[in-house]
Parts: sequence; C-alpha cells; structure tokens
Amino acid sequence: MSVQKADVVIVGGGIMGASSAFFLRKRGLSVILLERGLIGQQASGVNFGNTRRMGRPIEELPLSNRSREIWLKFRELFGDDAELLLNGHLRLGFKPEHEERMVRYAQDAQSFGLGMQMMSGKALRERYPYLAPEVMSGCLAPYDGHANPRLAAPAIGRAAVREGAQVFENTEIVSVEKEGEEFRVTAADGRVFRAPAALITAGAWGDRISASFGEPVPMIVKGPQMAVTEPVPYAIGPTIGGIADTFEQTVYFRQVARGNIVIGGGGHELPDMVNRRAYVNPRRTLMTLGNAPRVVPALANLSIIRVWSGIEGYMKDSRAAMGPSGRVRGLYYAFGFSGEGFQLGPGVGDVMAELIATGATSTPIAHMDIGRFARAEAVA
Amino acid sequence: MGQPRVIIVGAGPAGVRCAETLVAAGLRPTVVDENRRDGGQIYRRQPDNFTRPYAKLYGTEAAGAQALHESFDALCGKSGGKIDYLPETLAWNIADGELHVTHNQRTRSLPYDALVICSGATDRLMPVKGWHYAGTYSLGASQIALKSQACAIGRQIVFMGTGPLLYLVASQYVKAGARVAAVLDTSPFMRRVAALPKLLARPAVLRNGLALVMGLKRAGVPVLTGITPIEIKGSPETGVQGVVIRDNRGNERSFECDAVAMGYHLRPETQLADLARCAFRFDHETRQWLPETGEDGRTSVPGVYLAGDGMRVLGADGAEIGGRLAALAVLKDFKCPVSDDELFALRARQAGMERFRRGLVQAFPWPAQQAAQLPDEAIVCRCEAITAGELRRTVCDKGAQEANRAKALCRVGMGRCQGRYCGNAGAEVIAHAAGVPLEQVGRLRGQAPVKPLPIAVSEEK
Repeated sequence: MSVQKADVVIVGGGIMGASSAFFLRKRGLSVILLERGLIGQQASGVNFGNTRRMGRPIEELPLSNRSREIWLKFRELFGDDAELLLNGHLRLGFKPEHEERMVRYAQDAQSFGLGMQMMSGKALRERYPYLAPEVMSGCLAPYDGHANPRLAAPAIGRAAVREGAQVFENTEIVSVEKEGEEFRVTAADGRVFRAPAALITAGAWGDRISASFGEPVPMIVKGPQMAVTEPVPYAIGPTIGGIADTFEQTVYFRQVARGNIVIGGGGHELPDMVNRRAYVNPRRTLMTLGNAPRVVPALANLSIIRVWSGIEGYMKDSRAAMGPSGRVRGLYYAFGFSGEGFQLGPGVGDVMAELIATGATSTPIAHMDIGRFARAEAVA
Repeated sequence: MGQPRVIIVGAGPAGVRCAETLVAAGLRPTVVDENRRDGGQIYRRQPDNFTRPYAKLYGTEAAGAQALHESFDALCGKSGGKIDYLPETLAWNIADGELHVTHNQRTRSLPYDALVICSGATDRLMPVKGWHYAGTYSLGASQIALKSQACAIGRQIVFMGTGPLLYLVASQYVKAGARVAAVLDTSPFMRRVAALPKLLARPAVLRNGLALVMGLKRAGVPVLTGITPIEIKGSPETGVQGVVIRDNRGNERSFECDAVAMGYHLRPETQLADLARCAFRFDHETRQWLPETGEDGRTSVPGVYLAGDGMRVLGADGAEIGGRLAALAVLKDFKCPVSDDELFALRARQAGMERFRRGLVQAFPWPAQQAAQLPDEAIVCRCEAITAGELRRTVCDKGAQEANRAKALCRVGMGRCQGRYCGNAGAEVIAHAAGVPLEQVGRLRGQAPVKPLPIAVSEEK
C-alpha cells in the first residue's frame, strides 16, 4: 500500500482546495490535493460565474476584496485565462422598498471601495436601453464582473501542479482520521495520505468530514438551475440581477465574451447525492424563462440551448465554515459557501494558506468560525 | 389500474407501427412528432400541395412508404381518430414521469405511464478540413431537401462518406436530374465482400443496394471506394468549390463541385433516452455509446422503451418491427393480453435484420483513423468553431481526457447542436490525443432542451 506524505493534505479539489494548494506552495509548504472527480467539477464548475462583491454581507467584504485582487492578477498568477469580464454588476429594483434596500447597502458598504452608484429608472434606461420599463431603480458596482467557472478552478489546479502540489484526481476518500500528530486520509482504493495539517474543502460533502471530527454543521445541498442562450452580439455589459421577493422570481444573467447569455434563478432543486448528479427541473427552467424578459424584454427573442445544475452546500445561516477546527489541532475547514463561493475562491485559498503557514490571518474570518454552531447549540 | 397512458415520440416507421399495435389492443396513445407530417425521415411525406407520385419519391421503398402512410392516416381518421397526434411538437425534456413538449411557443407537460422513444437516427459525421463552408450538408439533410421541397443542395454535388445512405441519396439525386460529380466511399470494396455472408441475411435489400451502385455507374457517375478525404476546397465567400481525396491507389484527386453531402452511416438520436436517465453502454462494434436495452426495447428505466433507429440502426422495416415489439412490451408490462405467436414471429424477423445490420457495420465502417489524421486547422465542432488543434491542446496541455471535461475547457460540443454532430468525432480526437481507449473518453451528458427552446414559450396549464 502506498503512503504519500506532505505538510498539508487538502480534501476536495474545487476552487477553494485548488487555490489553497497553490498558495500553500507559494509559501513553501508541500501539498497533497485529493479530489474525487476532476478539479473544479462540482459547485466550482457549474455555478453562475459571478465575481461580484456587491450584495455580500458587510463582514465578508474584506475577504471578497482580497479575492478580487487575486482575480485581477488571474492570468499572471495562474498562467491562464478565466474569461474575467469586469463590466460591472447591476442590481435592479422594481419597488420602492428595493431601492431603500440598495441605498442602505450602498451606505453600509461605503468604505469597501465598491464604487456603487444608485441610478434612477430613467438614468438606467438611458445607459442600458434594453432594460424594461418596470425597472424603478438600480445600483451599479462598476468594478465587479464575472468569469467562467468551467475554466477558473481547473486553471488554478494546473497552476498548483506547476508550483509542485501533488494533485490526485479520481481519488475517492473514505476516511480522514487523526493519528497522533498526523492526519491519515484513506482512499477507497487503499492509498493512504498523511500530513500534520488537513484542510477540508469538500464543498457539499464537507459536513460529513467535520461531523466525523465532532463538529456537525447545519448544511443542506441544493442544485442551482442555470440556462444559457445561443450566442448573440455583445450588448449587455454588466452582470444583472433583479431583486425579487421570492426565490422563484429571482433572475440574474450575464453575457459571456462568446455572446451567450447565461441565465440563473428560479430557485433550486435537490440533487441526487448517491449518483452525484444534479438535474434541472423543467418547471424551474420555465419560471426563469418567464422572469428574464421582465428585466430585459428583448430576451424573449432568443432561445436557450442548454440547461445545467450542480451540487452546492448551503449553511443554515448562509455563512461558510472557514478557519481552524475548534476541536482538532491541525485541522482546517473551508466549505459550505452557500452559493457565493466562486468570487471568494482565490481569496479563501490565500487566507487559508496564510493561516496554516503562519497561524493567523490578516483578513477577518471569525464570522465563519465553525465553532459558532456548537455555541448556538449550547445556548439552545 | 386503468388503461396506461402511453406517449410515443416520433411518427416514423417505429412510432407509427407502435401506435397501430397499441390502438389494436384498445389503447389511445399520444404521438408527439417534430415534423409537420408523419413518415419520419426515410418515409418523409411531402407537403400537402406537392403531388409527386410514390414511385418517384421513394423508388424501391414506395410500397413500404405508402403502406405506412395509409396506416397512419387510418389511425388519425377523418373525425376524432384513434390516437392523439401532436405534429410540429418538440419533446424538450423529461422529468418526474412527464414529457415536456413545445409547439408554436406554447409548452406543456404530458404525464405518461409508458414512454416509447422512436427518435430515429441522424448522420454520423466525420469532420474534414473545409467542411464548415456553406454547401456542406449531411446526407440526411440533402435527402430532406429533395423529398420535402424537391430541391437539390447544389448544381454539381459530391457525395462523400460511407454506408447505404450514401448510395441511396446519390441515386435519388441522379433520378431527380441533379448532376452528381462523384460518389466517394471511404470503405474499401473488400470489406463488402467480407461482409457478404451477413449481408445475405436480407438478399432483397442487398440486391436493391447493388442495383443502386450499378445505376450510378450506368449514369456515368464516378464511384470510388477505399478513398481518404483530404479537404473540401472553398472559401467563406464562395462556399464549397471542390473536394480533394486520396484514392485507393494513393493518388490525390480533385472533384469540382458546389455542394458536398456527407455521412458515415447513422447514429441513433439518444438525447431523450439520456434525459429519461436510461443507462448507456459502449458499443465496441460501432464505437459509440448507446442506451442499454433489454428485450423488445425495454430500457433500464421502467416505463421507458426504445424502438427503431433511435435504439439500433436496422433501417425502416426493422424500425416497423421494433415499434410493434415495443408496443407489445408495453402491453405485456401493463398486463394487457399479448399474442405470443406474434411476439415470437416479430423477434425472429428482427434477428435476421440484426445479422444484416452487423454486415453493414462491417462493410461500411466508421473511419475512426481519420479523426487521428485530421489536420490541426480542421474544425471539429462547427457550432463553436473549435479546431482539432485546439481540442488536442486541451487534451495534452490541460489534461482533459474525458468528453465532458474537454467540452468544459474548450467548448467542443457546447453549441446549439449539443455535440450531436461532432460528438463522435470529437471523442475519437480526444482518445487519440490522450492515448486512451475511446470507451474511456465517455460520452457527452445529455442536457435539455433537446433542441433550442424559445425564451418566449408560455406554459399551457
């Protein structure tokens, strides 16, 4: 039986695991990255592709800003393109209370450099003539944008390999245990990986491992419902998200450089965790198709050519488990990013590498401490 | 339980015979079909106001076509009818025991107890340098133009590829008065001789095939076997201008033309079976992934059945038998009385056709080696304009050795046809570049909608 050793073993090769591997190597630590399928195949690869900061909880913005700096240097750092387009992010409101919500957020987030501008319906339609007359107000974050999830995590993973990380794809893990001062990670085929530090970046499967270390988390799995149109000449510019009062009415879209318009929304479905497949419910597709022209009427002239879903882990309080374990020395977590992890990915990797290498991080992440669940339990 | 609700997708030979058998047993199936009229591909009916006679339209298949059309007309009847027929209707997704169909920008879901998918086959295509120029058609599309609209795809046409359809469509074009510049077959003649024992399982069909080749030669059409396609010459402005090949002696030869019809036998249309979550298996003989089927078209999913060329390419008369067998399987599974004599007789006839099918696969093989030899600048995926070189770099530099991974990283098979045209060839390019067996490359996962779905669709409750 083969035994591999490193300073850090990472379980889960999504964007969190891949970027952690990369930045740990940059700090000179040896890394083993284990992935059941292929790098970036689950939530990291199938999400909408938003790299927005606007709309995130205020406490998350320092991490989001740190990640943005890395996104801006994506090609330079990772040696490949992730189709990052910084055309801004536009939130749209249809009622006075939506506008109030946007104004409040813009004030609360004022010091984080998002450059948000409130716009009236009239000003919006002058600048974006394709918007529907029902749009009452909007907020533009001009420096935000989007990137291609299919490309980002695999590119970071390849960069990590070039930096010397040992990446094992198609490696199903059956157990993560602590033996003395070392973690012992066992694969289904009997291979064993050992390291004094373990980082769990297993996304929708992370809760199983944290629970095995006595740190259960309230996480559910959900499949987003995405669709994409045929390619059309580039016209839209910013990523657009309409504020909605229910999940079902939610709709957001972005136009990629190729010209296709990616449309998300319409709530979620429960994935098939046994076969690791997430399906699109045709009724949700139809909901989204009904919602999209309410924001941009001309979308009704297009056709969708493909729909997809994926498996994402959502925490009850929509905050990830990120940081050191509260119970086991050398154990770290970064999972459960609740549908908002893609933009954070590179920053999370950078922060986790800093934390593991130095024992501390300059970016505040206490609000994502896994210990909060046990404390909540104790209070209850 | 009461009568099972049966939906048949496709009104070609399999779908029509399936419906007929179910009606004979007292059921009222729903028949969903994309076309404006019944008949499917090979027995495609011309538009209402066209008046070409059967013999002219279908040649040796006239009797089969007429019989099928008359059967379907009888099912539809003058008033009411015995089936619910939904023409010009696309089945675009399947979920929770419902088939989602759209017609004229309206969509609705049809619940079913049994779903019989008779989705037919389309051309299996092998890219060649220049095949993206205007004027390159599939054999099937060339035939549709002729049968439906009495149009030729060009003034001077080269037919290139392999398989029975190559000769059939070329002959139909000659008969219709088109100028056929050449028929260029990649399969060596000796393969046909070797396959003869299997092909003799259906002597009449074999005779018809030989007559087609003789007819082409009599008409002065050069018919070459064992050729290797090199390039379709042309430019974006002019479209197709000619075809360059290497003949079986190794000499380079050119044929001037303004249109090329290509096809390398057929591939079943399997998206609906995939969306119904049927299990697939790799078929080593034809080098492609096909739905797993048990007896009489049963799939791995209870209540979902396959029949006709969408399951296995047996041709029109094989599809008629397959449609009947799938209907009998439905009836049996829903505890309706079924004549075992009929069942056994149909299975025996199908077995003979299966032998012939294998003969065709042997005589007209898929030229897998061409994918390996495709020049880097040749486009593999026409929807997304992905070249063989780009795909190879994705495999070699980015480690994408699996079909869906390669699609994710370079968009091959990601366009509006969803890999239906380039999927087979793309997988061959990946396998060769990665140095892995084709089976290991896997297959592109089916994703709804089966064909583009207008955003403007509204739901009919």
